[in-house]
Amino acid sequence: MIVPLMRRKFVEELGWIEEGEMLDMIAIAQSSPGAIAVNASILVGYHVAGAPGALLTVLGTVLPPLIIISAVSLVYRQFRDDPLVDLVMAGMLAGVAAVICDVVIRMTKQLLGQKRALPGAVLLAAFAAVRFLRVNIVLVLLACGLIGAADTLCRSRKGAGM
Amino acid sequence: MICWELFCSFFQIGLFSIGGGYAAMPLIQHQVVDLHPWLTMTQFADIMTIAEMTPGPVAINSATFVGIRVAGLPGAVIATLGCVAPSCVIVMTLAALYHKYRGLTLVQGILAGLRPAVIAMIASAGLSLLILALYGQRTLPADLTGIDPAAAVIFAVGLFVLRRWKVSPIRVILGSGLAGLLLYTLL
Repeated sequence: MIVPLMRRKFVEELGWIEEGEMLDMIAIAQSSPGAIAVNASILVGYHVAGAPGALLTVLGTVLPPLIIISAVSLVYRQFRDDPLVDLVMAGMLAGVAAVICDVVIRMTKQLLGQKRALPGAVLLAAFAAVRFLRVNIVLVLLACGLIGAADTLCRSRKGAGM
Repeated sequence: MICWELFCSFFQIGLFSIGGGYAAMPLIQHQVVDLHPWLTMTQFADIMTIAEMTPGPVAINSATFVGIRVAGLPGAVIATLGCVAPSCVIVMTLAALYHKYRGLTLVQGILAGLRPAVIAMIASAGLSLLILALYGQRTLPADLTGIDPAAAVIFAVGLFVLRRWKVSPIRVILGSGLAGLLLYTLL
């Protein structure tokens, strides 16, 4: 979602980064832990003005949501008990559930499009572990990261042997 | 003490949410609903709805919301700091190693391995929200009775519209709110 915004601002308007660099930055931002917008802001800030630049860009990224949500939470406290608001929130929750369901379907399709058995099997196992066995999420993530690493090593070894 | 707990919880959310927006959702639920008594499941669902409707990353939005509820404005700032601290350290290190990092197939392999786990977790958290929306409680009743017909209709229509026409999620959620108001008042 932030890719077109970043391109217009940093590549076209300000000329701070090149198109290719920006794509690399997006890739790193997406594959690092944390919010993608925050990660991207760190990369741009660091690129332009080193560590102080990165800290400032993080501050800039975090302030708008901090201010907006602080204001929203005041309103929330005032109006959440209102019966009409409750009806709207109940409807919206069903809408959010639909949005997440759509996201899951899209991501799963993309994953299964690779036509490999392993990702599908890991998906089912991870779902069962989290949902039914109540395994800690972090443990599941670590295990799946290890599986991914082992899989890559195996495949690259096979590729080298041929 | 409470501020330190807030910081640690959101530090973990920041550290382990890989893959953006929705990936943070199950971790937030785990930390603020299951581990700590900071939000009820309904309040968690509310903040996910609000986070969808407002700009900014979901994790930062919920850090502010939870922080302000638990410990006022300082709480909001501390939770947000905790949430971005792992990114600052890790991404700045990667920025410094930028050129070395680019070719690392092992890192890409680990990320590919995380992908199905992230989907599974989003699915699980989404299912929790769906159960809450349809039954008004956290757990699925054994006989599946007592389903809320209005919520079921809104969910089904919303999903259909999203799949069929790829509408913006914000529009679907706004429409769902309006539909909720109408359906619940009429029924």
